[in-house]
Amino acid sequence: MNKTETRTPRREFLAGARAIIPMEVGGIPFGVIFGALAVAVGISPMGAMGLSLLVFAGSAQFIGVNLVASGATIPIIILTTFVVNLRHVLYSVTLAPFVKHLPRRWLVLLGFMLTDEAFFTVINRYNQPDESPYKHWYYLGSALSMYITWQISTLVGIVAASAVDSEQLANLGLDFTLVATFIGMLIPSIKNRPMLVAAVVGGVVAVLTYNFPNQVGLIIAAICGVVAGVLAESLQPDEKKEETNKEEVLNAKAQRREDAK
Amino acid sequence: MNEVLLIGGMALVTFLVRYPLLELVGKIPLPDRLFRALRYVPPAVLAAIIVPSVIMPKGEIAITPQNPFLVAGIVSALIAWRTKSLLLTILIGMITLFVYRAVFNV
Repeated sequence: MNKTETRTPRREFLAGARAIIPMEVGGIPFGVIFGALAVAVGISPMGAMGLSLLVFAGSAQFIGVNLVASGATIPIIILTTFVVNLRHVLYSVTLAPFVKHLPRRWLVLLGFMLTDEAFFTVINRYNQPDESPYKHWYYLGSALSMYITWQISTLVGIVAASAVDSEQLANLGLDFTLVATFIGMLIPSIKNRPMLVAAVVGGVVAVLTYNFPNQVGLIIAAICGVVAGVLAESLQPDEKKEETNKEEVLNAKAQRREDAK
Repeated sequence: MNEVLLIGGMALVTFLVRYPLLELVGKIPLPDRLFRALRYVPPAVLAAIIVPSVIMPKGEIAITPQNPFLVAGIVSALIAWRTKSLLLTILIGMITLFVYRAVFNV
């Protein structure tokens, strides 16, 4: 019997749930802090839980809560959420060829639960050469496991928030956890010069536009950064472009090797 | 703050960037240039969030040793660069922030 035949939906599901555990360890503190912070800035416990249950996007939820705290209007918060989450477009486009045979109810569910964590876990499974017909169960296992972890950690944060002084919580500098997480995601993602240009321009424009009303500067900065990255890429000499592509392939391979360990 | 509107809106736009292309790609061709441009969204957005929170935590630019967020941010970036570990970056970044604030009373 070959490996493909030993694959079952159940086994794929469990393997996916197991593979995402390291990402969850990183996610639990943010879920807890998110829950506590949301309540601290004046969102109701139901509202905080609702954000985790229905939006299920850690960074967007954090930014949303910070925007609520800074008095931004709802349209600005929603627009910022959209921009912050735009990277999911890239994820869904990357995953689409692997899942296009699935019925709509599967795609709706998998799409709803698509997170950074699930994407990076699942794409490694899809890139493995075996032709298991049940890789979508692996995706479901990873994504659902992440979803449940996020809900529980949010709930813990909400409960903890009522036990501590919210003023004290805000002054602890716990919001820096989010900044540190973003730093931990940003630095390894800068793999070539255009990526660096996008980050530098995004950061500089964000500082210059910081005092624009309702944090609209974040959106301007993001767009400027993307445009700068694209320009930097097009200004590269052709051989450098090929190098950049090669680098990306090599990085992807190295990542897979690491995961195989 | 109307929470139902807030949550509903955030949930809707988030779903709209996750699901439709999962359904449409392979059925409708999209320009290659768009995909290439999208790769720059994460570094641009992340940096746009990080840089102001680190160099102007109180709303004004503060590139001084009296700014604990700047110090902790630089340490976090170095850890991220050397270890590529998200968990270590967060842990050491937070410890740096707390210790620095406690020791220098800033």
